[in-house]
Amino acid sequence: MTLPWLILTAPLASALLSLVWLRRHHGLAAFVSISACAIAFLVALLIFLDHSLLPSPWKWLDIQGEYSLRVEIGWLVDPWTRLMLLIVTGVGLLVHIFSLGYMAGDESRGRYFGELSLFMFSMLGIVIANNFVMLFMFWELVGLSSYLLIGYWFERPAAALAAKKAFIVNRIGDFGFMLGILYFWSTTGTVKFTELAAQPLIGQEPQFLTMLGVLLFCGCIGKSAMFPLHVWLPDAMEGPTPVSALIHAATMVAAGVYMLARIFFILKLCPGALDVIAYVGGFTALFAALIATQQNDIKRILAYSTLSQLGYMVMAVGCSAPDVALFHLTTHAFFKALLFLAAGAVIYALHHEQDIWRMGGLARKIPLTFATFLVGTLALTGCPGLSGFFSKDEIIAVAQQTHPLLYWSSLLTALLTSFYMFRLVVVAFTGSARSEAAEKPHVPGFVMTVPLIILALFSAVGGFIGLQKYLGLDAVSESGATLVSIMGGNEQSPSNFLTVNASMLLPVLAFVVGGLAAWIIYRKRETDPIHIGILAHKFYIDEFYDLVLVKFQQAVARILAWIDNWILGGVLVRGTATTGHISGELLRLLQTGNIQAYTFLFSLGAALVVYFTLLH
Amino acid sequence: MSPITLAHYLTISGLLFVIGLAGVILRRNLIVIYMSLELMLNAANLTLVAFSRFNRQMDGQILVFFVITVAAAEVAVGLALIVALFRLRQTTRVADLTTLKF
Repeated sequence: MTLPWLILTAPLASALLSLVWLRRHHGLAAFVSISACAIAFLVALLIFLDHSLLPSPWKWLDIQGEYSLRVEIGWLVDPWTRLMLLIVTGVGLLVHIFSLGYMAGDESRGRYFGELSLFMFSMLGIVIANNFVMLFMFWELVGLSSYLLIGYWFERPAAALAAKKAFIVNRIGDFGFMLGILYFWSTTGTVKFTELAAQPLIGQEPQFLTMLGVLLFCGCIGKSAMFPLHVWLPDAMEGPTPVSALIHAATMVAAGVYMLARIFFILKLCPGALDVIAYVGGFTALFAALIATQQNDIKRILAYSTLSQLGYMVMAVGCSAPDVALFHLTTHAFFKALLFLAAGAVIYALHHEQDIWRMGGLARKIPLTFATFLVGTLALTGCPGLSGFFSKDEIIAVAQQTHPLLYWSSLLTALLTSFYMFRLVVVAFTGSARSEAAEKPHVPGFVMTVPLIILALFSAVGGFIGLQKYLGLDAVSESGATLVSIMGGNEQSPSNFLTVNASMLLPVLAFVVGGLAAWIIYRKRETDPIHIGILAHKFYIDEFYDLVLVKFQQAVARILAWIDNWILGGVLVRGTATTGHISGELLRLLQTGNIQAYTFLFSLGAALVVYFTLLH
Repeated sequence: MSPITLAHYLTISGLLFVIGLAGVILRRNLIVIYMSLELMLNAANLTLVAFSRFNRQMDGQILVFFVITVAAAEVAVGLALIVALFRLRQTTRVADLTTLKF
């Protein structure tokens, strides 16, 4: 079977073509890139519909011996893979098309589209990977393309710094991830994702297993920007907005969650690890939602919202419900991509104005963008009937069952989510225009609005159609059952905890209270009436890292530089050179130029030789 | 009167050598230095002949012929050099010829 391989080779070929030959041919590069993405989408659709389509793996490494290692570039196709392929290529295609409008006029679009194709290639590689080594390779490749795209406008120092920050912070997480992979391999002797592969882990010491789980989770902490390493994601907003939509909202950052779901067969053997995952996720969700309430940059609010939603997903995995996490991942991919693209359309309309306090009254000026943004907001905040409502409710319900503390914190997060999203909507779209650009926005064109409308449709109904059926193998009985209960069906499943009752009303209540509060506080305001310094400064985490890590590292670097300069360079390197130089200077004095002096020394030497050889 | 032994020859040869060396080291005139050099060469020749005679082998004498031949050629070259040097510098005093000094 070679057809499925097109899903990888088409974007790869497009990336090579665009980056090597077509960097100056913008139109052609965009065409190649979009068609590669369309091909990938068609193949994904085919794989989604035709379950018999199973590509044969390509053997890459086969090392025999005491430590044997077999690595193949192969496929692990299950319902989740099919769905994920469809999301990545589908959202990717829409973002590609949207980029045509958003990036029009940029001077190096060819490079942009090439890098976008490179990202598609790497991300699809992660989705299909059937072993750790392949996953890790593509994992690093998405890191690379993320770095390239964040720093796309590298002539702006902020973008270059943000790209470096994202890359370095991800290295920290990936280092732990790599240790985890090596740990797993050294114990089981294989790197494949199969239940069978995890057999040797059973009966290992619990501490060992916990450590393994936490190390593997490190990869997710970096890539999905969980709490200690979350700092790179808000800064990554320096990249072009379609990139933020595709990479830093819908797909790449969700790869961490996807990976956790993939390796859940290992995680469930690790007793403490799941709790760590659940609490880190729950904490990040609340933490990021708190910060989001005091941000003023439209993209940053969405970035913190993404952090918060990723926290939800990770928490769901930690509560032993990876299916629920992936369900939320799916709906989140739609509505967050929609929100980012709509934000991109707003930014485009206002000539690159991102401060919500310089917007206002946009609902009347760009109604279509407003409508789609509103749909995205409602979906994200969990308005009953829209996609986010189902997936978020699932997560809250799972938390209720397993971790009561996380249940309350996730409810609070839901309330805050509703609050900050409606704050954004109320401030940016209602009231009166607060800047010149907002008076006369230029209306986004056709290329930009069509992807918005498509995404808005999916955000609205994503909770119902298709997804349940294809997810609804035994792995997802819970979400399937929820749908049945919501639609008024009878409940047979014993795990069907979520019925239309009081516990379901609480998230709805959170949605309503948050939204109303934002409406009351922010309606017709010219400036922000609330000032909470610690939230506006993101809990001073960046400052803390700057103080502790960056300053410390600089001090160490300065000490090492001193040692290098004076001990290694001064004494060892320049010392030997100086010794040679000085002895040369001294011996030079013997060169008197007087032939008789030479003769005398020569005969003295000869006499000494004779004395020592013959007479001594 | 005792017969002349090898030791006598060697003593004479050693004396000649030392006198030559002293001349090379101490005299100031380049031509005198050159003569002293020839004296050292001949001291060596005398040693060779003496050994040849007392060991009853002719090799040493043949070697001496070569040395004399080479020395003759060397004198031709050396004197020519000294003449050329004198033309250039108007002196044969070694103290004046210190171009190789540091």
